[in-house]
Amino acid sequence: MKKTLLTALRPLLDATRDLAPIVAVILFFQVLVLQQPFPNVTDTISGLILIIFGLALFVRGLDMALFPWGEGLAHAFARKGNIFWLLVFAFLLGFGTTIAEPALIAIASKASQIAAEGGMIENNLEAMQQYASGLRYTVAFSVGCAILLGVLRIILGWPLHWCIMTGYVLVIAMTAIAPKEIIGIAYDSGGVTTSTITVPLVTALGVGLAASLSGRNPMLDGFGLIAFASLLPVLFVMMYGIWIVSL
Amino acid sequence: MMMTLWDTTVSTLGDLLPILAILLFFQQAVLRKPLKNKKNVALGSFYVLLGLSFFLVGLDKAIFPLGELMAKQLTTPEFLGLSDLNHVQWHDFMWVYVFALSIGFSTAMAEPSLIAVSRKAEQISGGTISALGLRVAAALGVSIGVTVGCYRIVTGSPLWIYIVVIYVLVIIQTFMSPKQIIPLAYDSGGVTTSTVTVPLLAALGIGLASSIPGRSPIMDGFGLIAFACACPIIGVLSYAQLSQFIAKRRS
Repeated sequence: MKKTLLTALRPLLDATRDLAPIVAVILFFQVLVLQQPFPNVTDTISGLILIIFGLALFVRGLDMALFPWGEGLAHAFARKGNIFWLLVFAFLLGFGTTIAEPALIAIASKASQIAAEGGMIENNLEAMQQYASGLRYTVAFSVGCAILLGVLRIILGWPLHWCIMTGYVLVIAMTAIAPKEIIGIAYDSGGVTTSTITVPLVTALGVGLAASLSGRNPMLDGFGLIAFASLLPVLFVMMYGIWIVSL
Repeated sequence: MMMTLWDTTVSTLGDLLPILAILLFFQQAVLRKPLKNKKNVALGSFYVLLGLSFFLVGLDKAIFPLGELMAKQLTTPEFLGLSDLNHVQWHDFMWVYVFALSIGFSTAMAEPSLIAVSRKAEQISGGTISALGLRVAAALGVSIGVTVGCYRIVTGSPLWIYIVVIYVLVIIQTFMSPKQIIPLAYDSGGVTTSTVTVPLLAALGIGLASSIPGRSPIMDGFGLIAFACACPIIGVLSYAQLSQFIAKRRS
């Protein structure tokens, strides 16, 4: 009984710990540095409570359903040895986890507001929703490609740093031709994709794969998938920007 | 508020269904094994749906407004002690940088995935790298990164120049660092910023860009997340080099 209570409370505590430093720093600044009262206290507090319960429920649900399922599939595909299905699975895993990534949903809708106010897209709800989901699908597609490439890298044994450097060069070259309005959100999208869902599932795939191939060190080869997943979205979002502006 | 919650839940459902469909397809059509624990999967998916919707509504109500509020208040002329913002210099915004440093450091230190990754690094290195040292190095990377990012928004200089400099530093360091730490270091960029930190940084950047005269949210507001993700790589690699150097001198 005590144990089940603990497993139920655990995600709540973790979510509170995620929020605590932010709230502490903001409180410190508001009270001691700025010496201002808080506007909309009820909204802020109810919002924070929603975040804590939301994150806790979300993580608990992932632990119950998606993680064991996804990890089981990742291990099964890594062991099965059919490269075609492994690659298809890798792509869809990256795509599917990114579409549901909470931070990406939030940032994409924020970016659509800013783009509408800045005159990059039309200022109406439909255009904003279209831009936001366009961004999200672009990022999800690029993470899918990134995981696919990362899995290929593990199988073929390419050294990680050469892949990353090629990526850097491509990113810089693309920056030169991309519209200026997209560059900020493009660079940011690399960091948005790799949080709650994507990291654990993708790491499971990488480590499982490296462990089942002979002569591979799971530590050296299993990591590095995330690095691909934070690089490719930058490239693809800039391409999306070029396409949007040319319309 | 109930209306927003309901709307968010409906649109979240649309996001989650494709993932379930993908997993089911692989389970049934490719692996051809029956799914275990159907009840847990159903209940867990329901939790994910509810949790994600609560979280998104909560962000809109609390984190986005708080980030923009801080950015606005830290840049008002009254707070800065200036009559107007027309002749403002980058160093007038000292408190913005202090805020960026504190937010970056404290959120990264509390980040559970960073704790997990640094423990793993301690194991791989056989003890030459300490878990705490690595965490501090990554958190310093994040906080310095966010601060430089705020400086960029204040001055309005182009993002790509900073990113090129960071990339060049990362490449130089890659060749000088112990090999087994490199994949971990590259991954550390992604794990230091949690799901709550990312929206806060976005709100902070957009808030700064809209309250400082001459900056526009669309051109200057984004980019803080990119700094927060790229700089810990430098922090982790520097720390690895430092530990290697100390270990060599001792022996």
